[in-house]
Amino acid sequence: MARFPFSAIVGQDEMKQALLIAAVDPSVGGVMVFGDRGTGKSTAARALSKLLPPITAHANCPYGGSKEDAERYPDVCGGGPLRKRAVPFVDMPLGATEDRVIGSLDLERALRAGEKAFEPGLLAKAHRGFLYIDEINLLEDHLVDLLLDVAASGENVVEREGLSVRHPAKFVLIGSGNPEEGELRPQLLDRFGLSVEVRTPKDIETRIEIMKLVASQERDPEAFEAQWAGEDEKILKQIARGKNKLAKLEPGEDVLTDAAHLCLAVGADGLRGELTLMRAARALAALEGSKSVRREHLTAIAPSALRHRLRRDVLDETGSTVRITRAIEELFG
Amino acid sequence: MSPEGVTDPIDDAVLAARLFLIAPSLFGGMALRGSSPARDALVEALAQAFAAMDGPFRKLPGHVDDERLLGGVDIAASLASGRAVHQSGLLEQCAGGAVLVPMAERIEPRVAGRLAQSVDEGNGPALILLDDAHEADDAPPASLLERAAFHAELAASRKWQVAPLEIDGTDIGAVEPLSKPALEALAATAEALGVASLRPLIFAQSAARAHAALAGRNAVEEADLAAAARLVLSPRATRLPPIEEEPPPPEEQPPETPPDPGEEDTDSQQPNPDAPLEETLVEAATAAIPADLLEALFQGKAPRRVTGGGTGKRRKSGLRGKPLGARQGLPRGGTRLALIDTLRAAVPWQEVRRRESGVTSDEGIQTPRVQMRKEDLRVRRFEDKAARVTIFAVDASGSAAAARLAEAKGAVELMLAQAYVTRSEVALVAFRGESAEVLLPPTRSLTRARRTLSELPGGGGTPLAMGLDTARECAEAVASKGRTPSLVVLTDGRANIDRDGKPGRKQAGEDAIASAKALARSGIDAIVIDISARAAREGAALAEAMNARFFALPRADARQIANAVEAAQPSREAA
Repeated sequence: MARFPFSAIVGQDEMKQALLIAAVDPSVGGVMVFGDRGTGKSTAARALSKLLPPITAHANCPYGGSKEDAERYPDVCGGGPLRKRAVPFVDMPLGATEDRVIGSLDLERALRAGEKAFEPGLLAKAHRGFLYIDEINLLEDHLVDLLLDVAASGENVVEREGLSVRHPAKFVLIGSGNPEEGELRPQLLDRFGLSVEVRTPKDIETRIEIMKLVASQERDPEAFEAQWAGEDEKILKQIARGKNKLAKLEPGEDVLTDAAHLCLAVGADGLRGELTLMRAARALAALEGSKSVRREHLTAIAPSALRHRLRRDVLDETGSTVRITRAIEELFG
Repeated sequence: MSPEGVTDPIDDAVLAARLFLIAPSLFGGMALRGSSPARDALVEALAQAFAAMDGPFRKLPGHVDDERLLGGVDIAASLASGRAVHQSGLLEQCAGGAVLVPMAERIEPRVAGRLAQSVDEGNGPALILLDDAHEADDAPPASLLERAAFHAELAASRKWQVAPLEIDGTDIGAVEPLSKPALEALAATAEALGVASLRPLIFAQSAARAHAALAGRNAVEEADLAAAARLVLSPRATRLPPIEEEPPPPEEQPPETPPDPGEEDTDSQQPNPDAPLEETLVEAATAAIPADLLEALFQGKAPRRVTGGGTGKRRKSGLRGKPLGARQGLPRGGTRLALIDTLRAAVPWQEVRRRESGVTSDEGIQTPRVQMRKEDLRVRRFEDKAARVTIFAVDASGSAAAARLAEAKGAVELMLAQAYVTRSEVALVAFRGESAEVLLPPTRSLTRARRTLSELPGGGGTPLAMGLDTARECAEAVASKGRTPSLVVLTDGRANIDRDGKPGRKQAGEDAIASAKALARSGIDAIVIDISARAAREGAALAEAMNARFFALPRADARQIANAVEAAQPSREAA
């Protein structure tokens, strides 16, 4: 079935913004989407894969490595001419085994030729792209640990079954889940750069609009895709421009101070919050084509960047989002 | 003509099945709950219908492995032939057809994840989920239920025959898209029934079109919308539509005529012409809401959300429980070696290892026949239901004591006996005067619990907030050890000592509600039992803040309280 176009997704602006920011600057560090069933979490994440500007990679490299990768990992990169290819988007099923994720001995070659070779896993496939896991909160802990570790370090080190392989695995982790079905451990949550909450649209108008769009997509997927291709193309260009602009943007002292104040005010633990806040604000500025990073970028992204890092207070009933907006109002008026 | 009596649940299920057959991949699947002859007949009819359409229809065992499900290298064939033999997976083989998932409530999350993904991609088979769960808590994974358009409850069906499901090349594409008012009506119905997710709405509009197509119409009419609301939305209802605002429905006119599977029900529908469209739809949907939901709502018990994999209540274990398959690792700490899995892991590498060790199989006199390595070792894993710890928070204040502390004690004693039967543990928190304390940390010792309880004196103020906080801390400690706490609060709800130990009814009441909300946020299963002489609104308000069930038993004897607790606990199977 054809994928639902990203631009045709109604509402859910915060989620879409977070995904686009992760696309512009992968170093933001992954997006966690919390929300009820049937809110378009998976649809948005999967639609994103079509919006990414192509990358250049060595044709024979099983990891789709770039020129830099080939220099850093000469023994695993297959080389070959540089070709354009689509950004990988790996949809990891909940039940994936460790073998499939990390990679394992190549069974086929072992049987056929009796030789020991490494068969890259999903982590290798996701290199330079996105790894999407639906219901990440139901994933076994040891796998989540492993994923976050690789996502943070950017390389996958395999030491098992008599293999010793080190290969690049830089990807943006996108997780989604329904908190009512199981929480994600706080220390894992903290590793995600952005965290967004999606709710089912409540007003009837929006719901009807969504029903209409889905119905017309189901009737004729190709025509529907063609109809939205222009809009999707615009977003693709916007991401491409944002990526180019990113390096030229440097947040000024004033924005850095704002970020520090905000993190202190809401009681966000650790330095990770400030770093993510900065990076995300910069990516947002790049995405919007601004000349500089401004306070408005910071405040726009603050809930997503800090929401999951607040210390929990059982007696305080206000949600994290409210606490952040309140702090923004108090600090910046 | 009345909806009760004549209607058999199977009739609606048959209609749903026919709609489903028109576009299996569009509707994702059907969930059929409750084992009954009717369900067997329906499944048989579905199998025949798929056979007639040349669609594959296969049974999916819950323990299916990834190779069979998705395809991969066939190890046995590869070893026999000496070259890699690929086999296609069940999902690929059944594309365009359906897979039957028996005992869907026991399906492993691993398999459920694969199936959900395949439904999302839209190129795999549709799912027929058979749900044989007996407990309210047990259900197929929510991810799968969500993706199956039609849900039917067939346990109560008295029929055992189903006519062949004929759809005669009905084409859903011939039906016009829904008009704005029709979409509005469906959306309003979903809203009234508390169906938040958007997937059911999308299914409902497809179902309305399929229903119209089945009747040979090319535009959707009210009857189609009513059927869609009844078949797709009402099984997912989480609340009843508000009753007060509805005008009294005319008695002689049934809100919905059950459609007969044999004939098209084009004009059997006699909707109230004055009522707006969505009201008629809500009526239609309400008629199909299972009776137990009504009952549950009348008891003030919010319907439990279907929990996904039930994480938190279940945990991985290496020692006992339901087998979960093997995992790489060393057998230690009591875990057992999975011999077959270990051998299976080792076999493919034998050729490689012989070469590595420089001895070929021909001269392998000194070499062992099978070379095992540490990494081949697989250990068994099991899924264990977490033990439940019931925490009793007893209000021993003067006001409660005067009323019926003795009765409360008696009830707790009875519950202790039940806890003993289910091997669950109990803890006791008491609050009176200016303090609350854990009188008895979680224990299995019945005698100790009984003695502590009988020694519990009564009198003093009611530091309800303190009691609840102490109970929450106790419950959180229990949860952090991987066990599932549930809380029984016995109080009259009349707090008069605040969190800081100062008297004052107002502050104390506010603190108690805040503590109750904290309990609700930590997601602890709780029951409030009002033990005041005359039940008042404090107890109910407390239960609401706590998201707990509430029982006010005016003059109950101990056994009655115990029965109520027993009935409200979702953990009856915890043994």
